Amino acid sequence: MSNLKLFVPFFVFLALALVLYKGLEKDPNELPSALIGRPVPAFSLPDLLNPGQFVDESVFQGEVTLLNVWATWCPSCRVEHPFLVDLANQGVRIVGMDYKDQDQLARDWLEQLGNPYAVTFTDASGKLGVDLGVFGAPETYLVDRGGVIRAKHVGVVNEQVWEQLGQTYRQLLLEPAP
Amino acid sequence: MLSPVLRTLLSLLLLLASVSAVAVIEIAPLSSAELEARYRELLAELRCPKCQNQNLADSDSPIAADLREQVRALLEEGKSDDEVVAYLVDRYGDFVRYRPAVQSNTLVLWFGPAVLGVLALLAIVLVVRAYRRPRSATPDLSEAERRRLQQLLTEREDGGSGNP
Repeated sequence: MSNLKLFVPFFVFLALALVLYKGLEKDPNELPSALIGRPVPAFSLPDLLNPGQFVDESVFQGEVTLLNVWATWCPSCRVEHPFLVDLANQGVRIVGMDYKDQDQLARDWLEQLGNPYAVTFTDASGKLGVDLGVFGAPETYLVDRGGVIRAKHVGVVNEQVWEQLGQTYRQLLLEPAP
Repeated sequence: MLSPVLRTLLSLLLLLASVSAVAVIEIAPLSSAELEARYRELLAELRCPKCQNQNLADSDSPIAADLREQVRALLEEGKSDDEVVAYLVDRYGDFVRYRPAVQSNTLVLWFGPAVLGVLALLAIVLVVRAYRRPRSATPDLSEAERRRLQQLLTEREDGGSGNP
């Protein structure tokens, strides 16, 4: 029986190795969103392409929507952009939030690169960004028909990301309107 | 006087010291010294969500600047320290606290090391004890063997030829 006791350090090592191995898969930079399951915060911000008009949180009612936080100063957003145009052409509804940017630069960008957004509004001060828990660009939220945030992706949305995110999107499509 | 080399070194040193490290240069101070003190403390307690191993006081990133401004606005509005932290946790999650709250999902974080430490100490004590157990002259004899040894020893004392 004392033979088994000799193996205790080995078992402890195995347990520790297992825990650490699982830890290797975790991304230390991943910050889970605090807004999952909560509605998009109330806001009223200028429409980028229709000066004088304002967009508010009701833009998320009735349809499953991606809220894409982007800016012209963000190089990754440039990389992401063509994929978003693709998604939009496939019928995915994307609303753009131009984050801490300059209006004219943003308009030029959309003109040159194509506009995947059903609607684009500007958060020049970043206040809505803070309410959403945004800490950089690009970030994309998946919002259900009732205007509730169901998922968030920090970083570029590309084909690989869409494999997961797209699944959630399609699931949300099956949910009835509230 | 000092040699030229030493003088150069000294002036370089003084130059370096003159560029004192100011964490972040705020544009406008808060409206009272008390608020200023609370502001500084809160900034040290809150993590920059982008540069995740810096607090709001040290981080240069734009989001840190935004959040510093937010903290300032909240303090000026009269919110308590707890309310300010709650405001940010509400939007950025528990991770934004540098010192995590003691709650069910952080118990392992807070007490894990101590528990492991105690277990390790316990293990050491037990091992030392096991090794220190006094080794008698007849360490590993069974009962029957011990009796036989006793018998042999007394036999030898009683009589016997003295030959081993």
